[in-house]
Amino acid sequence: MQIVWNQSGAPNVHPAERWLSLLGGGALAIYGISKGRHGVGRTIAGLVIMKRGVTGHCEAYQALGIRTAPSNATIPYELGVRARAAITVSESREKIYQFWRELQNLPRFMQHLQSVEPREGGKYSTWVAQGPAGKEVRWEAEMINDIPNELIAWKSLPGSDVDSAGSVSFKDAPGGRGTEIRVELQYNPPGGVVGAYIAKLFGREPEQEIRGDLTRLKQYLEAGEIATTEGQPAGELPKQGRTAGQIVREAIA
Amino acid sequence: MRAVCWYGSGDIRVETVKDPGILNPNDAIVKVTLTAICGSDLHLYNGFIPGMERGDILGHEFMGEVVEVGEKVQKLKRGDRVVVPFTICCGRCLYCHNNLWSLCDNTNPSAPLLDTMYGGSGAALYGYSHLYGGYAGGQAEYVRVPFADVAPIKIESDLTDEQVLFLSDIFPTGYMAAENCNIKPGDTVAVWGCGPVGQFAIRSAYLLGAERVIAIDSVPERLRMAKLVSKADVVDYSSRDVLEELKDMTGGRGPDACIDAVGMEAHGHGLEYAYDRTKQALMLETDRPQVLRRAIMACRKGGTVSIPGVYGGFIDKVPMGAAFAKGLTFRMGQTHVPSYLGPLLQRIENREIDPSFVISHRTNLEGAPHAYQMFNERNGTGCTKVVMRPN
Repeated sequence: MQIVWNQSGAPNVHPAERWLSLLGGGALAIYGISKGRHGVGRTIAGLVIMKRGVTGHCEAYQALGIRTAPSNATIPYELGVRARAAITVSESREKIYQFWRELQNLPRFMQHLQSVEPREGGKYSTWVAQGPAGKEVRWEAEMINDIPNELIAWKSLPGSDVDSAGSVSFKDAPGGRGTEIRVELQYNPPGGVVGAYIAKLFGREPEQEIRGDLTRLKQYLEAGEIATTEGQPAGELPKQGRTAGQIVREAIA
Repeated sequence: MRAVCWYGSGDIRVETVKDPGILNPNDAIVKVTLTAICGSDLHLYNGFIPGMERGDILGHEFMGEVVEVGEKVQKLKRGDRVVVPFTICCGRCLYCHNNLWSLCDNTNPSAPLLDTMYGGSGAALYGYSHLYGGYAGGQAEYVRVPFADVAPIKIESDLTDEQVLFLSDIFPTGYMAAENCNIKPGDTVAVWGCGPVGQFAIRSAYLLGAERVIAIDSVPERLRMAKLVSKADVVDYSSRDVLEELKDMTGGRGPDACIDAVGMEAHGHGLEYAYDRTKQALMLETDRPQVLRRAIMACRKGGTVSIPGVYGGFIDKVPMGAAFAKGLTFRMGQTHVPSYLGPLLQRIENREIDPSFVISHRTNLEGAPHAYQMFNERNGTGCTKVVMRPN
């Protein structure tokens, strides 16, 4: 997983807010200067706020994933979380592409996905997933590229709970080893970069999720079923605390 | 049903749990007629395998009668008598197709985690921690067997349960250890560890044409079994310098192949043993590789070190320079059991070997806690192998 910080310092503050920052920051700086050496802190704070007004870029907004500046891009190129994973499946490219292109199949192996409803032959679709803390997350997606047996790419439409874009590509593995599947995902998590770090701390790392999903896809396509132990017998469980099994399941979920 | 459950290091209890059911279309439910405690179960008993959960049902050596099959099961039917290998195999992935059954891609639900730990995940195992899939084991009255058509072997002859049970693990494991030695006429094979896998490694080395097998241990009953039953020459490491003895016994050459049938919990004596116990206690190394070090030092130039003993983590002070200088070959890994089932059943039917010779104790499930304790103590108990009859 790669968490991308702003390299360019591109504006993320709304123009009206920039003017307010200039005026407010300027006033604070002048007040600080008038207090002499007791006003040094206020002077510096005023200058920082003025800089925010001049450049239109705010580091705090950046870290929290807040953006008030208008933008046409679904995910600003300078912000977001990138994740990718690959797996090799002993099936033909055609078969795997077909399976994936039937978007309703995706919840079969994508653990947190509840449903995908395609419209207009898959060009548009509604996705519903289980977000962190059991919250339902919903987004509309548009298929922006579809090369049969090679590539499917999509991005979320404005107004979605999660801004995301991604692609899956299919390539013959050498020597008859089947098909290499590569998934790349970029998304703007709720809570920005800080949110992404918190999600990582609590074990919901997107790269692990993709790897887990691809493992289940491989099991389903090759072996005809997804390996599970849910519902098997066991001795009495401890009354409190997470068990090793739960920790393992959470780590790979 | 009654089942043997793990509750922590040294804490084995027999509990009443719910019966297993079909969870996937290729599953079968087997009513267990005979099950055994494996030496590798002692690594769980002693708390050296991570990812165990209180209440986990143990056991990966078992056989029984099919009582229920899932909708996609075609070969097996109710009433069939089967021995179930300890590795769960899908039969459809590249590894299964290439007879590398224990490396199956598709049976371990925890595969992504093992992938992170080891850079790759092998087949799931019964009753062997949630890292290896967390499947409930066969030291119970009933057990769920996934991919029932793939690994289990049907027993149609009138051989007894005790004669065929060990096809599930230790006989193929000892056999693969010997096969990995690439034995040629005149070869001498040294086997560290005279527990059940060591005994089968000795017998298999002879079956594969070894001239001489030298067995190393310190437990008198096990050395006696190696000498009298398995026909090995024996060295007691507690009273002899093993490296000197082996040099002497092989005319200064060293054994052509060395088998480490001990693994991560090697016992020893002196400063080196104290060093490994201390590092393991401080979690500076997870496994004690005393046997592996000896095997590398003893092996002749160009020879093979074969490792059926289980390792789980990191080891320290392994003489890699000696291994490199002597151009050794290392062979290891979990046993590809399904490859060996047919040929080894044939050898049992031909009366070339009766695997029940390793059994020292017979009990039922309720006797499991005592049996684990006795098997773990080794010295003075005369315990080499415990089988349990649940029903």
